[in-house]
Amino acid sequence: MTRVAIVLFPGSNCEYDAALAMREFGVDSTFVFHTATDLDDADAVILPGGFAHGDYLRPGALARFSPVMASVARFAAAGGPVLGICNGFQVLTEAGLLPGALQKNRGLTFLSEPTTVVVASTRSVLTRAATPGQELVIPINHFSGAYTCDDATYRELVENDQIVLRYRDNPNGSRDDVAGISNVAGNVVGLMPHPERALSTLLGSADGRVLLEGFVESLARV
Amino acid sequence: MNYPVVVDVSLRPGIADPEGATIERALPALGFTGVSAVRAGKSFRLVIDAPDEATARDRARALADRVLSNPVIEVATVRVGES
Repeated sequence: MTRVAIVLFPGSNCEYDAALAMREFGVDSTFVFHTATDLDDADAVILPGGFAHGDYLRPGALARFSPVMASVARFAAAGGPVLGICNGFQVLTEAGLLPGALQKNRGLTFLSEPTTVVVASTRSVLTRAATPGQELVIPINHFSGAYTCDDATYRELVENDQIVLRYRDNPNGSRDDVAGISNVAGNVVGLMPHPERALSTLLGSADGRVLLEGFVESLARV
Repeated sequence: MNYPVVVDVSLRPGIADPEGATIERALPALGFTGVSAVRAGKSFRLVIDAPDEATARDRARALADRVLSNPVIEVATVRVGES
């Protein structure tokens, strides 16, 4: 039975969205508390959106020191699929599992709106079922979503095909319109938009399906 | 021995600082002219129990770099012995 570990930090608030999304694609999930020291033999890990530890200090800064993050790092290093959505992306950058950082939005406002993202790479566990250049409408919901990195890191991202998604109309000041990136191997992905909230046209968009379907397919290969 | 420590965290030079820029743009309308290079940051005050000042400084430096700042976008300065 394929199972996804959804990590719960104090202040996570998208864990049920993520669990429902996994169920939509026939995958069970289990909530793993931040104090856990193992991932319960899961086949993949999702760090959901929210405000881990109240986002105090910086988003993800305190969550990074949670006991469970050592297990997440080991799982990622072994090639296991890890997906960080929104706050989960911020946690992954603070933990050093993805390069760069997420800064306050350029306009200093909390953004909650549909955005159009363009698939930049299909090498990652999240975008493997999508088509390069494909445009997807996915909502964003964040205050600190401006992707930032130094020039050397940026060159590496481009050379290693690590930029996974770009905004068509940059809403937050992200460098080079970056909406999501992966690690070099492509098994760890972080993105600010919420694909788990774009699964039904009734709720605005079903464009998140191609991303999460691909993610679920990647579990079968583990 | 208890050593008071002040850690100042600010964005690295060259990293966009929308908060500082917004404050700077608002200043003339509030009557403060001739002000430039406004950068926003954070300041932390803490007390470190250590056998001597050098040890307190080392611990404060590690804390500032590992936790209080994100070295990707921020720089931290540490001052020991001020309250």
